Formats: sequence, C-alpha cells, structure tokens
Amino acid sequence: MDLHIENISHSYEKLDVLKDINLLIKEKEIVCIVGPSGCGKSTLLRLIGGLEKPSSGKVMQVGEPSTTSLNPLTYIFQDFALLPWKNVYDNIALVLENHNLSKSEIDSIIKDVLKRTKLSNFEKALPKQLSGGMKQRVAIARALSVKPSVLLMDEPLSALDSQTRELLLEDLISLWEKEKFTAVYVTHNLSEAVRLGHKIVVLGNRPGQIQKIIDINIPLKERKNHRLELDEKQKELWDMMRDEALNADKEILHA
Amino acid sequence: MPEKKEVEFRAKGFVYKKIPFLGAFTFIVLIVLLEIGTRYNYISDLTLPRPSGVFAAFVELYDSGLLFEHLIPSFTRLVVGSCLGIFLGIIIGILIALFSTLRASFLPLISALFPVPKIALLPLFVIWFGIDEGSKYALIALGTFTPTVIATYAAVDNVDRNLIRMGQSFGLSWMSIVKNIILPGSLPGILSGIRISLAIGIILLVAAEMLGASYGIGAYVLEAGSLYDLERLFVGVSILSAMGVFLSYLVALLEKKLLSWRN
Repeated sequence: MDLHIENISHSYEKLDVLKDINLLIKEKEIVCIVGPSGCGKSTLLRLIGGLEKPSSGKVMQVGEPSTTSLNPLTYIFQDFALLPWKNVYDNIALVLENHNLSKSEIDSIIKDVLKRTKLSNFEKALPKQLSGGMKQRVAIARALSVKPSVLLMDEPLSALDSQTRELLLEDLISLWEKEKFTAVYVTHNLSEAVRLGHKIVVLGNRPGQIQKIIDINIPLKERKNHRLELDEKQKELWDMMRDEALNADKEILHA
Repeated sequence: MPEKKEVEFRAKGFVYKKIPFLGAFTFIVLIVLLEIGTRYNYISDLTLPRPSGVFAAFVELYDSGLLFEHLIPSFTRLVVGSCLGIFLGIIIGILIALFSTLRASFLPLISALFPVPKIALLPLFVIWFGIDEGSKYALIALGTFTPTVIATYAAVDNVDRNLIRMGQSFGLSWMSIVKNIILPGSLPGILSGIRISLAIGIILLVAAEMLGASYGIGAYVLEAGSLYDLERLFVGVSILSAMGVFLSYLVALLEKKLLSWRN
C-alpha cells in the first residue's frame, strides 16, 4: 500500500501550519521528515494517520493494505504512550483485543513481538520499572503486534539518551531488514534521518512547506560503512535548514 | 600550597522523612498535659474535661450498652448515604466529563448546588423522604454527591490526552478506551475526591442527627452539649474523629491496592 499526500494545507484558527504538501510514500520505504521546531512535522504525521483532519487536501491510500494487517496506520509516539497501570504483556494485549483473535493467537503474537524486540523476560514488568529505551521497545513491540502497513513514528528516539538512541536505531534498522515495512519518521535529528531514511523530506518554517526531498540510495545495513557520504548529506541538510532554524528561533521569541 | 577545604553539603532539608510513633506521641503528650492540668487545677473543669473523666464516660457508655445503639445507626446512615452519593457522583461525573451536551446542561446546576450548605435543605428532605432514615440518607447522599461529581469530572479531564490518542490510533472502541484508559487514569483523582466526600459525609451525619434523631452519635453529642456535659461531649467527638480516621484508612487501603502501579 502506498500513501499519497495530496495538496494538504492545515491551519489552527488563523495560524497556518502546513501549506501545499504533496508527497508520495512508497511501500517498504522509510520517509524521514525533518525541519525546524514548530514547522508542522508532527502535525503532518497526525494528518497522515487520521488523528487530525486537514483543513484542505487529502491523504489517500493507494492499493489495499495487507489482509493480515490489524491496524494499517500505526503510530509510535515520542512519549511511548504506554498505560502505566498495565504491564508489558497487557499493554500489547489491549491493542489486539478488538480483532476477534483467540486468547492463544493473542498470546503467540505477543510472545513473537516481545522476542523480536528482545523483551521476552519483561512480560510482567510495569512501565515504571523499565528504562526509557525499554519503554520505547515495548511501544515498538506493540506497534509491530498489529502488523502495520505503515509505521508512523513521531520523534521516537528523542526522549532517550544518545547511547540508547544509537542502540534503538540499530534495532529499527535490523527490524526493517528482517521484514520490510513502510514508515514515516519525523525527527529533528539529522543524523537519525540520514541513517534511516530512503527519502528525506525537508520542511521549511511555518507554514511548513516542502523545501526539498533528498534520496539516499545506500542500503540501510551498509550505511554504517559510509559515514563520509552520510556526513555530507547531513551537512547538505543542515545548510538548508540552518537559516530556517534561526528564523524559527526568532519567531518563538516574538510570539 | 593553596588551602584545601571540603565542599559544604548544602542540600539540607525539604525532604520528607518518615518518623514512626511520633504522631502517637503527640496525642499522648497532649492527653497527659490535659490530665495534669485539670487534676491540679491549672485548667478549670469548666473549660476542658479531664481525659480520665472522658475515658470513664466512654466506659460508662459502653457498659450501658448504648454505645452500639448510637454507633450502629450512625454508621449505617453514613455508609448508605455516602455510598449512594459517591456511586451516583462517580457515574454522573464520568458522563459529564465525556459528553459535551451533558456537561453544558448539568455542570452549571451542579456547580450551583456545590456551595449550598446541604443542612439548610434538611426540612425539604424531611418533606420529601419523611422524618426517619430517608431524609438522613438523602442529605448525606447529596452532600457527598456534589464533591464526588466535581472531583470525578476533573480527574477524567486530566487523563493524559496522549494515551487517549494512542487508543484511538490503534482503533480501540469507545468502550475500550473508557474502560482501559479513562477509568484507570482518573482513579487517583476519584479516590482523593472520595476522601473529601467522606469527611463532608460525617459532618452532615452529625448535623442530621442533631436535628432529629433519638439515636446516633450526633444525638448523643447534642444531648451532652445541651447539658454542658463536657466529658460525654468529648466521648462523642472522639468517636466521630475515630470514624473519620477509620474511613480514610479504608480509602488508603483501597488506594494501595488499586494504585499500586503508581509508586
């Protein structure tokens, strides 16, 4: 299933947040969206997954999502959004509950995703007992459990320390290598973007508009060995964003 | 060689430490001081009763078999009335928080009812529900109802929006979101609302019993008060205080059990 974002503009009251966004998200491709703070990246992600209605324009699904998918458009949130009163197992079980699955089917799905995210020993742990990185792995496991066609990730690593971030980034890459998924990945971290994105979309200052789309053709698993090229891409992105970021800063001061 | 000096520790105080038995000690010291004061006439018998006298009055009440004659009706009134009020309050509070129409129509009414001293409505309840238990139940129920509604609706409003959004993003049904996210998320606020409601319930219990009851702690206190029998008055007051402490202990147990995920 591909996603077509057609002419999306969005505003809150009188504040224009996004303007004329056109974007194609192809199957099994990771699209990173970068841009200065307040440029509407997260809003765009909410629009893509139907958590918010655009003021104008549409998000179209092209082709049918896989029949095994329980929740085609699935989010991973920056703050993990785990229920603190449920343990790891029940947090995942909750999102499988409305799909006419038998208890044993649910159990085998949960066991499988916990194994894939290396959490098998933590079924009964409550979120407060887990570190930030583990919480996000639970959230990733939960997202994988519904077999999404498209993963919508809103700064999933931004709340974590840099070591954990690096480890989780590698986890994400290996998950993708094992079973290719489509993803839209919003981040302000350019090095994450060049490590993970097949396509990097640069949004400009409010109202967010697409400034440029950069393709990176190095396969994800080889990127570790192409530091120089990635650094160059990252520098190119930063040069493009620097002025926008400076302006964004001023805007907040004057707001 | 420059002088060497250890860096001073400055983060002193502002940390809560648990000190066992000190609370009980305060009570004991106070009671002993009162006992000595009244015994040696530093405090006149007319201003404060002697603690040993209060205790004797309590024993007398117990021996006469009247203790439970007073305690049981009071407790029943309190439990029936506040259970009714709290139960309805939680349901209405949740409905008001979840449905904009209900909130717009009923929140102003409940806010208007909230500050009314409910005891003023007792005559009305006597007309509606009779002079017996009905009016007392109704009074306590109404008194506990309004604070519970307000606490519940505020608690539901305070449930983390991101969690609700998460539920929606996974396509959970409305019922499932209410059951799994909104109710457990608002439970801490609801329970602290219940604490306040129960304290108000005790106040109204006494008020209702003072205005018309032959048995009950309130009636006992009123009788003692009108005779200026300070010993028995203090017996009644102590029983009320113990009742409040006991109920808040029950709520604390409930919190411990239901909110174990918090700390």
